[in-house]
Amino acid sequence: MDIEREKEIAKGARRTTYQVPPAELVSALRGEHEGWFTDAVEAFGELTLVVPREQIVAVCAHLKSAPGFEFDMLSDVSGVDRGPEEEPRFEVNYHLFSTKRYHRMRLKVLLNQEDPHVQTVTGVWRTANWHERETFDLMGVIFDGHPDLRRILLPDDWQGHALRKDFPLRGYEPYSLT
Amino acid sequence: MGLESVIADALPEIITTRLDSLVNWARKSSLWPATFGLACCAIEMMATTDARHDLARFGSEVFRASPRQADVMIVSGRVSRKMAPVLRRIYDQMPEPKWVISMGACATSGGVFDNYAIVQGVDKIVPVDVYIPRCPPRPEMLIHAVMMLQEKVMKESLRDRPDVPPSEAVEAVPPGTLPATGVSATNEAAAQETPSRPYTIASRHERRRSF
Repeated sequence: MDIEREKEIAKGARRTTYQVPPAELVSALRGEHEGWFTDAVEAFGELTLVVPREQIVAVCAHLKSAPGFEFDMLSDVSGVDRGPEEEPRFEVNYHLFSTKRYHRMRLKVLLNQEDPHVQTVTGVWRTANWHERETFDLMGVIFDGHPDLRRILLPDDWQGHALRKDFPLRGYEPYSLT
Repeated sequence: MGLESVIADALPEIITTRLDSLVNWARKSSLWPATFGLACCAIEMMATTDARHDLARFGSEVFRASPRQADVMIVSGRVSRKMAPVLRRIYDQMPEPKWVISMGACATSGGVFDNYAIVQGVDKIVPVDVYIPRCPPRPEMLIHAVMMLQEKVMKESLRDRPDVPPSEAVEAVPPGTLPATGVSATNEAAAQETPSRPYTIASRHERRRSF
């Protein structure tokens, strides 16, 4: 195969991204509900809405059922620690997917270090239960109203949250039973 | 068996050398491992028992699903901190005499996983008899380790490794619990002396090695 053809394929592969909801629907959502999201970023073919943490349950419930969106699947909840020097320090990202419309979207909630609380969305998608437990376990974000907010990956007697930037890579003390 | 310890107590010097070689020969000829595959090394451990390498030639092919029936624990792979109390519990459930092979770089020293989640060497949890390097070891290396362990077994004496004495037998942990401390109903005083052992009591095997 010649080089030119390979380059074309590579270019095409990079162009392929997933679909996002139509832009007019998103702008209509902003018009209808004041304060539901503070920012809508579309970059690299991905759409991200920055949502205030008080509104996250209302936005999720709406996006799950509203015609045109129909995000019936929560594919992931992930926590981000931007570092102790950043403010706000934590992000919680909700990755939504619609099995009917086949499009995707991301909701982003920003949280302070002093008060890393956000309302749970287990009432909207039940799969959020374990996703939020993982985010709590590794990042220390507390999901208010969660039915069972325990550690899910680390041992139950673990101290601290292992994926925070200020957690030492080797832990606080060497492990030994002897 | 029990008989050999009675003989060893009654006739400490006279008969035990010959009995040693007989009992040790019986022990080394059927070293049954416990099925305890932790990571990728377990694939090599399985390959060790296949038709090409055939660990059965050395009497170790019977991987037991129950630690009660096993003689050797082959720790094959990285031990996470969450797995560590489980591993120790399985080791405690194995009856004496028991031995441990630490297979591969991760079980021996943590390997490339020098982080908070992985125990840096399984000898922090259980006493190890044979270490195998490499990542992962070849099946031949595991066979070599079994043969080295057999040599080690042949050098043991019955007097080094008696059956569990009555004093230790009453310290048994109630079944069905994962104790957070070594405290049992009959042994609270001893547990207060050694508060730094969070999960278990020292086995006879381990105590013998510590001096």
